[in-house]
Amino acid sequence: MSDDHDLPRSEDVGEAAERRQYIRGAVATLALTLAAFGLVGSGYVSGGTALVVLCTLAIVQIAAHFRFFLHIDLARSHRDDLQLILFTALIVALMVGGTVWILFDQHTRM
Amino acid sequence: MIGLFLGTLRWDDVTFVEFWRTPDLNNAIAAAAAGLLVLGVVATLILLTVRGWWRPLWRDWLTSLDHKKIGIMYVALALVMFARAVAEANVMRAHQATAALDAGLVAPDHFAELFSTHGTIMIFLVAMPLLTGIMNFVMPLQIGARDVSFPLLNAISLMLTAAAAGLVMVSLVLGHFSTGGWSGYPPYTGADISPGEGPDYWIWALTLSSIGSTLTGMNFAVTLYKRRVQGMHLFRMPLFCWTVLCTSILMIFAMAPLTLATLMLWLDRHAGFHFFTVGSGGDMMNFANLFWLFGHPEVYILILPAFGVWSEVFSTFSGKRLFGYLSLVYATMAIAVLSFTVWLHHFFTMGQSANVNAAFGIATMLIGVPTGVKVYDWLLTMMFGRVRLRVPMLFANYFLVTFLLGGVTGVLLANPTVDYGVHNSLFLVAHFHNMLIPGTLFAMLAAIHLWFPKAFGFRLHEGWGRAVFWLMAPGFLLAFMPLYAMGMMGGMRRTAYFSDPLFRPWLWAAEAGAVLILAGFAALVVQIVVSVRRRDALAVPAGDPWDGRSLEWLGPAPAFEFNFAGEPKVEDVDAFTALKAQGEAYRRQETYEDIEMPRNSAVPVVIGALAGLAAFAMVWQAWATAALAFAGVWAVVIGRSFVRDTERTIPAAEVEAAHRAWLADVAAATPVHRRDELTPENRGLAEEPL
Amino acid sequence: MSDVRHPGLNLGTTDSPVHDAAEETVFGFWVLMMSDLALFAVLFATYAAMSVHGIAGGPAPVEIFDLKSTLWQTLALLASSFTFGMAALALKYDDDRRALSLWLGATFVLGALFLGLEARDWARMVTEHGATPQVSGFLSIFYLLTGTHFVHVAAGLLWMLVMAAQLAIFGLDGAVKLRLMRLAIYWHLLDVVWVAIFSFVFLSGLAP
Repeated sequence: MSDDHDLPRSEDVGEAAERRQYIRGAVATLALTLAAFGLVGSGYVSGGTALVVLCTLAIVQIAAHFRFFLHIDLARSHRDDLQLILFTALIVALMVGGTVWILFDQHTRM
Repeated sequence: MIGLFLGTLRWDDVTFVEFWRTPDLNNAIAAAAAGLLVLGVVATLILLTVRGWWRPLWRDWLTSLDHKKIGIMYVALALVMFARAVAEANVMRAHQATAALDAGLVAPDHFAELFSTHGTIMIFLVAMPLLTGIMNFVMPLQIGARDVSFPLLNAISLMLTAAAAGLVMVSLVLGHFSTGGWSGYPPYTGADISPGEGPDYWIWALTLSSIGSTLTGMNFAVTLYKRRVQGMHLFRMPLFCWTVLCTSILMIFAMAPLTLATLMLWLDRHAGFHFFTVGSGGDMMNFANLFWLFGHPEVYILILPAFGVWSEVFSTFSGKRLFGYLSLVYATMAIAVLSFTVWLHHFFTMGQSANVNAAFGIATMLIGVPTGVKVYDWLLTMMFGRVRLRVPMLFANYFLVTFLLGGVTGVLLANPTVDYGVHNSLFLVAHFHNMLIPGTLFAMLAAIHLWFPKAFGFRLHEGWGRAVFWLMAPGFLLAFMPLYAMGMMGGMRRTAYFSDPLFRPWLWAAEAGAVLILAGFAALVVQIVVSVRRRDALAVPAGDPWDGRSLEWLGPAPAFEFNFAGEPKVEDVDAFTALKAQGEAYRRQETYEDIEMPRNSAVPVVIGALAGLAAFAMVWQAWATAALAFAGVWAVVIGRSFVRDTERTIPAAEVEAAHRAWLADVAAATPVHRRDELTPENRGLAEEPL
Repeated sequence: MSDVRHPGLNLGTTDSPVHDAAEETVFGFWVLMMSDLALFAVLFATYAAMSVHGIAGGPAPVEIFDLKSTLWQTLALLASSFTFGMAALALKYDDDRRALSLWLGATFVLGALFLGLEARDWARMVTEHGATPQVSGFLSIFYLLTGTHFVHVAAGLLWMLVMAAQLAIFGLDGAVKLRLMRLAIYWHLLDVVWVAIFSFVFLSGLAP
């Protein structure tokens, strides 16, 4: 929190560069969205495969949102903040994973 | 039309009317409780008016954004609620002890209401406000900050908690509280089985208090990250602050599942949804899942700050640096993370397969490891120290022994096979009271004794403090050791009548223990009154009554409104001890600066009142009132965002005058040896160590 | 101390005093949003179970979801994230109230469009399939999950209106900038939640 370091590349790169970031973000997220909708709409994936593919695309897209729109990256100054988000991800994974495991397990035994 | 504003509330819901209609012992007890509440409120109002205390109450307390005053108000709220909840415990035990001979004191439904309010109050409106209050008061001082990061939000959290307390209190007079226990499992709390207002009281009281806690958690975490004074690295924070940080993180994440579970339950009850219903695809087991997703981290929310307090107590009253600081920090973090991995152990018996139970059972046992580390660290802190058995230290040593016992029974319960045998029995009740009374409650009592001088400028009377200890300590053992035995004998929790004569002696012992704990609370009240009367002899204006080690002891008692005249220097974990050793604790400052502090605000009081009204209206299905009050809350929030002038400046001259006045007090005080710290000579200046 | 003290979006060196003040406020807001994400996570977990076990003879996901409508909603929200990004640029570099208001206005319209499309979708499900939340556990959690997101977006729109009023009254002062930054974080995170919703609710439900 208090150590000195240089400005990371993602900050104060000037308006043009930052605008490019947003544009890159828009393109990336649009492409990922269309890919997900296209795969499902065309019926190209189904069942368990669909879930894995959709999950992967969603995670990549969420990462893109954080990276391009919220400006969270691996720069040193962002480590603490990245930690906050990763810790949240850990808790969320525990809560969701645990809940799904427990409820599905209970269901198979009913 | 009137229905929109009053909902289902009718005269018949007033407890007194109920007693008038059916004057039996059960209703007499309910009416007496309601009467006590009404009398208490009326007496308070009269006292405030006669003494002319309204204005100071409003100006100096209710609208104050000072973290110290907010902390004190939290503790005061908790003590009021404690009085009710411990009285309820006494009624329950008295009922159980006498119930087999005739009908007992209360009807079964009333008994169920008692254990539900007792649990709900003790967790959400005693333990939570107590520890939030102590954290509020102590943490900013310990990190050398002037206040928390968001003082207004802090006050809003307090007022939401107070609104929740008000809601539970109102249920004494208007209608009935839930009979579904503090965990409120459906389908019992669903609309079919509990159609009345009871579960709604429970739902909305929890919602108010959990929103308050989420905001508090965020506020404290940010304060600890962003407001530490120069030099106070994370690893120079007093251990108490570490526990506050971990508790805050738990609060941030754990409250969401609770809010959601109660919201879903409400939708089931009143909007025909099917989250936890029987049939139509509802899954009542998910309620247990969601509730304990919150509930287990909650357990550690309650115990981690207690661990922090014990750490401060052991180190201060052993006159010695805390042993194994780093291991304590890592143990605290480990407990915080592990606390999110064990929630299933609250419902081992719900029918999931053995593998699931085993995984959560093992995770549960793992928590014993970092907790064990802590116990050894505390023991080793005392070793070779100059241990002074002051009141907090009495509680601390008692805690070490009894908490170990509770921990061992916890590891027993963590074994799913054993749990199948004692699930929902009195053994469990004994276990968690064993953790929460010596663990949390006694820690908070120790904290009150430790930090009271800093809050009010005088020590609490030691003799009466010992009385509190010697009533509560055996009281706890007497009240809860029998429950272990009864649990092993097959006694179930939340049982209104035990017909087995073998239980009789155990029940009477438990009742005697409950009386002792109540007497201990009475002694605490007497202690406060006596201490206020003798405040001149107990005064410690120089601010350091216990030869303290961390920054909160720097400065006068009571503390400056702005906490510190300048930025305290921090070069060690025991920052204040280092300052004293270097002779820099009581230095004059060359220059003073203007200090910006937040202005008082009525916004939190208004938000608390409106939120409380909205919740009350929801309980009685008075939709129009609820909508108006809810809209009012947001109108106030938005209106406040247009207010720009929220800070006021304390001029440097005023800071200097206050600082010099304190230094004069220090100069007038004689340094005392620790053996004399209980005498009137102790004006809050510690003798320099050899 | 570094110049960047809170996550992500910032004012950097273009407005240093406000940037300093932002440290606590914005970090605090991030923390609060993490709590909100936990809320959504629990909703998703419940959805995962109930969309499989809780259909109870009522309509199944594949029967009531509409791929095209979901795509339009997604595009509206995605576009609004981009327009808010442009608004953030105007806020940071130009101190230009006109460009800022324009981009914010576009975001508002896109957000409102999203709400309208989603409401239309719900109306279609109710009228065509009788899919009210009272029918089954699956529909209960479906409406609660999407409804919670809907309420969040609606609150975001209200927030934008309040900010428009503050822009008009106070101009671009420090407090207004700070609030716009927080609104930006809020808005982008709602988009993140929507990504999870369209992936795990709509698309997973529609994948045969």
